[in-house]
Amino acid sequence: MNVLDYLKGKAWLTAVLLLLGLVLLPFMVEASLGKSWLRILDFALLYIMLALGLNIVVGYAGLLDLGYVAFYAVGAYCWALLASPHFGLNLPFWVILPTGAAIAGLFGVLLGTPTLRLRGDYLAIVTLGFGEIIRIFLNNLNAPVNITNGPQGITQIEPVTIAGLSLGKTQEIFGITFSSPHLYYYLFLLFVALVVFVCMRLENSRIGRAWVAIREDEMAAAAAGINTRNIKLLAFAMGATFGGLSGGLFASFQGFVSPESFNLMESIMILSMIVLGGMGNIYGVILGALLVTMIPEALRYTGDLQRAVFGEVFIDPADLRMLLFGIALVLMMLLRPAGLLPSKLRRQELAEDAT
Amino acid sequence: MDIFAQQLVNGLVLGSVYALVALGYTLVYGILELINFAHGETTMMGSMIALAVIGALFGVAPDLPGIMIVLAGLLVAIPACMLLGYSIERVAYRPLRHAPRLAPLITAIGLSIVLQNVAMLIWGKQYIAFPTTLLPQGRHNVFGASITDVQIAILVLTVVIMFGLVTLVNRTRLGRAMRATAQAPAVAQLMGVNVNAVISSTFIIGSALAAIAGVMVSANYGQAHYYMGFLLGLKAFSAAVLGGIGNLAGAMLGGLLLGVLEALGAGYIGDLTGGFLGSHYQDIFAFLVLILVLTLKPSGLLGSRSVERA
Repeated sequence: MNVLDYLKGKAWLTAVLLLLGLVLLPFMVEASLGKSWLRILDFALLYIMLALGLNIVVGYAGLLDLGYVAFYAVGAYCWALLASPHFGLNLPFWVILPTGAAIAGLFGVLLGTPTLRLRGDYLAIVTLGFGEIIRIFLNNLNAPVNITNGPQGITQIEPVTIAGLSLGKTQEIFGITFSSPHLYYYLFLLFVALVVFVCMRLENSRIGRAWVAIREDEMAAAAAGINTRNIKLLAFAMGATFGGLSGGLFASFQGFVSPESFNLMESIMILSMIVLGGMGNIYGVILGALLVTMIPEALRYTGDLQRAVFGEVFIDPADLRMLLFGIALVLMMLLRPAGLLPSKLRRQELAEDAT
Repeated sequence: MDIFAQQLVNGLVLGSVYALVALGYTLVYGILELINFAHGETTMMGSMIALAVIGALFGVAPDLPGIMIVLAGLLVAIPACMLLGYSIERVAYRPLRHAPRLAPLITAIGLSIVLQNVAMLIWGKQYIAFPTTLLPQGRHNVFGASITDVQIAILVLTVVIMFGLVTLVNRTRLGRAMRATAQAPAVAQLMGVNVNAVISSTFIIGSALAAIAGVMVSANYGQAHYYMGFLLGLKAFSAAVLGGIGNLAGAMLGGLLLGVLEALGAGYIGDLTGGFLGSHYQDIFAFLVLILVLTLKPSGLLGSRSVERA
């Protein structure tokens, strides 16, 4: 925190340094760790968007949503259906992306409306059920009318094209070669910046404070004149919109979507990013998203480690990494139950509890 | 053969398994107000351990009576799961009892991942077959439905276990301590109840039920898999919520109801929707019913909890 404090008075310096670092990062990553890590970096950015979206629902409004991945799926399938040979459509991305985000937001309201009365664990299980229902429908809506192409998923999805420049291919701009993940990195970075900006503005706005009030005590919030119904629905809708946005980007980046990408495990991963990083705190959530995306990937190298230590690979690293990830989750929670970077309000609460 | 009667029988058998697992959820929730997300994995472990023992024993002494071998598997799986349940509580939940509410949920999820992957590393990714030839193969015809010996055994055993559990909770000293802890842990402690011991016993009892349910489900379907605990646990939890979580009778009712609904739904959905939706939508019923019940009556069918923490 000392570095942050030092830079606090010099906002422009921080911004320039940060921007420079973020712009140069993919060059460094690609040169040192290779293209696969650049892709992982792209996914990390997608997950930051997702985690920040879920953070609105869980972190701010305190509504435990275990089916968040459904909105991600809606956004992804919107893109997949509107820009692939499946229906023979190829709409430009500035049409699809808002459409996908809006439809996902609509689904958010759809989920929010019947669950307004529910709280805590009941809400968790209903949202979980909602997520599974969406997945099962995606899996089975290939007969009698083929909409989602079932478990095979939709392939050959068009990449984002900006001003005739396809992000799906390697491009040469001003003599510098940019690979496809490299181009997507900048696009995603832009959207992450947008989402972070919206979240920051929301945090201390009337709406943001209303969410926190509902989280702390719904009845008191209602008594203070907050329209809890609308504000809760807004939380669901906002969270879902961000989910839909990242879903669309995911589909275009991946070029392929199938129901298997949107299982409960994915929702749990996103939730664990928030909890691990520090619920309700934007920086914490970003850190959590980065860690949860990177750690399982880094654990792939345990194969090399085994070979170096024992001379052979005992356990397939692909099998081992989830095990280690599970252990890491447990340990993290035991050591820092409020997350790595708890939000200020949460820290105050914890301090009060201790006294 | 009568489809309705057949699906009813299948549903009751499936529902018995759900009910036994749901009891584990509801016992823990009643006392700690905590979703033990790793409970489905405990069920899976019970099933896998029993199968491992059965397979080994069958290899060593194939002449033993089949029922003895299966019983041996069950008798190893039950204490193993009890130990597992006890450890889960000690490692993942006890240190976090006063932590923010989501923290134990995340450790539980972490533990589920760990258990799943441990099972995968030990027993592999493939389905493991239950040597069904060990069990009696009789089939009986009841009201136009065919019911196997195994299914009868499952139904009878479930009824016996439920009866035993109700007696335990309502008639014994431990049961009284459990009810006291559920109502007010602090007061119970003041009255001389060893709250930690009660919580441990709750986990142990729930895990024993899970082990039995795990063996039942693998005996009924003839297979087990390292991932089976996930959906089973999810549905059992749905059943517990459906019946009113924290309520024993509710978990039993919810489990049976969910099982029957699922079986009937799978049997009739094709006719009802004119062939638009097929039986592969079976898994939707659990969640659909759940959402409906929770929207209309959030405390569940038999639940009476009025105050709820957010």
